[in-house]
Amino acid sequence: MSNGLHDSEIIGRVLRGETQLFSELVNRYQNFVFTITLRYSTSREDAEEIAQDVFVKAYRSLADFRGDSKFSTWLYTIVNTTCITFLRKKKLDVHSLDNEKVFELADSVDSGFKANQIETKSKHRMVHDAIQMLSVDDAKLITLFYKGEQSLEEIGKILGLEPNTVKVKLHRARTRLKEKMETHFAEEVRDIFG
Amino acid sequence: MNTFNYSPEAGNPSGDAEMEIRLWDYIDGLSNNEERSFIEQLIATNMEWKKKYQELLEVHQLASGHITLDEPSMRFTKNVMEEIGKFQIAPAAKNYIDKKIIWGITLFFLLMIGGFLVYTLGQINWSGPVAGSATINQYNPAKVDWAHFFNNTYTNVFVMVNVVLGLMMLDMYLGKKKKQLREKAGITE
Repeated sequence: MSNGLHDSEIIGRVLRGETQLFSELVNRYQNFVFTITLRYSTSREDAEEIAQDVFVKAYRSLADFRGDSKFSTWLYTIVNTTCITFLRKKKLDVHSLDNEKVFELADSVDSGFKANQIETKSKHRMVHDAIQMLSVDDAKLITLFYKGEQSLEEIGKILGLEPNTVKVKLHRARTRLKEKMETHFAEEVRDIFG
Repeated sequence: MNTFNYSPEAGNPSGDAEMEIRLWDYIDGLSNNEERSFIEQLIATNMEWKKKYQELLEVHQLASGHITLDEPSMRFTKNVMEEIGKFQIAPAAKNYIDKKIIWGITLFFLLMIGGFLVYTLGQINWSGPVAGSATINQYNPAKVDWAHFFNNTYTNVFVMVNVVLGLMMLDMYLGKKKKQLREKAGITE
C-alpha cells in the first residue's frame, strides 16, 4: 500500500522504476491542480487537458526534483508555467477584473439568487462563486494559500515573486473577495450568519 | 453575529488600508510578539479596530473552511497514467549539462571584458593637471583608439563569424551529449 507514503518516498520509488506509484501523487494533487487549471480555461475539458499535461511534465522531469522544496511547491510551479503557456497558445478568454464578462457573471449570480430567495446556498457554494468572480491571479493566490498549504515564501517561489509582494497581493485578493461577498451574496451571508 | 457591511455602496475608506494590512498579519500569525499585543489591545479598546477585525476574521474563516476544490473526471488518473506510459523519465539536467563548459564560457566572457577594460584604461591619460578629478574628466570613450584593436571591417567580420561558428559547435556538442544520455536511458519520444 502506498497511501501512507510521504511524497519524497513515492518519488524515490518511481525513479527506481515503480512507475505505477506515480498514480498516488496524481490522486493526491489532482483536485488542486484541476482547480487551478479550471481558473485558466473556459471548459472542464481544457482544464483536464492542462492538468494532464502538468502531471506528464512533472513525471518526465521527476529526476530534476531535488527535494529542496515540497513536492507540491514544485508541482504548482509547473502548474503555473503550464497554465501561462497554455493561455499564450490558445489565447483563452480569462476571467479578470477588467473583463466585463465577470461583472455579467456576477450580476447573473446575484439576480439568480434574488429570483429564488427560497434556495439557500451553502457557505461552500457562496465562497466558490465569489472566488469565481475574482481575477485568475487573485483566485489562484487565495487557493494556494488556503487550500494548497503553501506559505508566503513557497507561493513566492511558485509565482516568481518576493514573499512581501505575495503578502500584499494576498491582502488585496482577500479584500476583493470580501467585497464580492458583500456585493453579490449579502443576503446569503445574512442567511448563514443570521 | 455577522459583521459584513451589507451595503454594496459602502467601500473601504483609504485610511483603512494600513489597519487591514496589520490586522491580516495578525490573523495570519505573521506579526511579532510586540505587534501582536499591540493589536490585541487595539481590538479590545478601539471599536473601529474591533469591527474591522471581526470582518476580516469572517472572511478568513470562510476562506479557510469553505473553499472547495473542483474534481476532474473519474478517469483522470487513468488517463494520466496511460499518457505517461508513453514516456520515460528524462535524465536530470545536471547529468547532461557539463559544468566545465559553463565555467569555460564564463571564463571566456570574463577574459574578454577584462581585456577590453585593461585596454580602455590604458588609453586614458592619467597625467591630468589636477590629480583625481582631472583623470576622470579627461576620459573620453570616443577618443579611445579602437582601431588598434579592430583595425578594419574584415577583422570585425572574421571575429563575428568565428563567434557564430563557436556557438554553433557548442550547440551541436551539447545536443549530441543530450542525445547520447537519452539513448543510454532508453528514452523515446
